[in-house]
Amino acid sequence: MSSTAIGPPLWLLAELTYRCPLHCVFCYNPVDFAQTQNELSTDDWLRVLREGRELGAVQCGLSGGEPLLRDDLEIIVAEARRLGYYTNLLTSGVGLTPERAAALKAAGLDHVQLSFQDSTREMNDFLSHTKTFELKNRVAATIKGQGWPMVMNVVIHRMNIDHVDRIIEMAAEMGAEYLELANTQYYSWAYLNRDQLLPTREQLRRAEASTALWRERLGERMRIFFVAPDYHDGRPKKCVNGWGSMFLNVTPDGTALPCHTAKMLPGLAFPNVREHSLREIWFESEGFNRYRGTGWMKEPCVSCDQREVDLGGCRCQAYMLAQDPAAADPVCVKSPLHHRVAEAVARAEAGAPALTEHPLVFRDPANSRRLAPAG
Amino acid sequence: MTALTSSSQPRIGPGFRLQWEAAQDCHVLLYPEGMVKLNGSAGHIIQRCDGERSVAAIVADLEQAFSAQGLEGDVLAFVRMAGEKRWLVWA
Repeated sequence: MSSTAIGPPLWLLAELTYRCPLHCVFCYNPVDFAQTQNELSTDDWLRVLREGRELGAVQCGLSGGEPLLRDDLEIIVAEARRLGYYTNLLTSGVGLTPERAAALKAAGLDHVQLSFQDSTREMNDFLSHTKTFELKNRVAATIKGQGWPMVMNVVIHRMNIDHVDRIIEMAAEMGAEYLELANTQYYSWAYLNRDQLLPTREQLRRAEASTALWRERLGERMRIFFVAPDYHDGRPKKCVNGWGSMFLNVTPDGTALPCHTAKMLPGLAFPNVREHSLREIWFESEGFNRYRGTGWMKEPCVSCDQREVDLGGCRCQAYMLAQDPAAADPVCVKSPLHHRVAEAVARAEAGAPALTEHPLVFRDPANSRRLAPAG
Repeated sequence: MTALTSSSQPRIGPGFRLQWEAAQDCHVLLYPEGMVKLNGSAGHIIQRCDGERSVAAIVADLEQAFSAQGLEGDVLAFVRMAGEKRWLVWA
């Protein structure tokens, strides 16, 4: 594929650190995150921002882990804003004191996305393995007080999906402009906990009905995004709008990835921003070129009339469920291995295992070290 | 927001940012995690929406800049649509 056919990486996601005060059971950070030791320096990040902007990136996400744990966050925000990025802070809210919020506002931060785990203190605190519910409420007020648009993000699954009605009401009361009800994507920690997290079809139907009612009630006051659950839909979705088409993720140690979780894929070397420019990485690296477009496809994708629509779905899901990153995403009903997804959904219909039989695995350094392959 | 009239003074809505993007060769509106690419005429209208100029003044300015007449309907239609999408607000 020639570089002229490849558009710019519009979305630069800077995962500043894997350190996090929360231990969410659905986190998409790699299960072996605790092995990452050497975070990029401030200067490395400023260079990455400049190189991304030169390529045409306009959105800069500052994420993690918890990005507020970087004490150079204000410096990074200020440079991103100066370069002309729209700057998005993706945070649990832990550490967003009024003082820090004022400093980030002064640095030019454009928007804050605040994650909530549930509308109830009990479930929020249980799912994140912390006591943070009251704090998140205070932080939401701080965000509004700074005049930032607020996106509230709630990862949806079996244990909180029945609270969707209350979650939407809570987001509206807090003055969120956007609410993302993100059905869990089953990678990393969420994949470990999949059997406890997959909702039933009836739960999903009710949640979608609640969402439709609230959309009518709220109109343009608050936009609600309902991220489709691909396990239940039987339709694969484009990986981050197309592998290497607009999304560039840089992990805390500088590895550049075409999606949040691509590092799990075997047989692919992903470049590091310490050794390569973003231009080389985006246009020339094997890691970004391997699954661009449709040239890598095999059956049933290669002859499918939907191949340009879904681009074969998610490569990580293909690897996790079919052990082949070039296979059709098994969430697709046309995949010969779709039964593996159907069986997981059927188990969800039959009832989740009792937590004592199959305990939830919280995302924390101890579990990460226990679960990571020895290396 | 009040009903749109030719004396309304639209400005960019909170949370949105208008800028020229060389890589896109057009004006864009940036908002949380998103971008709207504006076509030429939308770009010409919206860059004049500074909260000071009225719709009537914007129309007059555009008609002069492009030696055109009768643009008021198009400008009002765009500003109304942009208001529904919260790209623009007015008192």
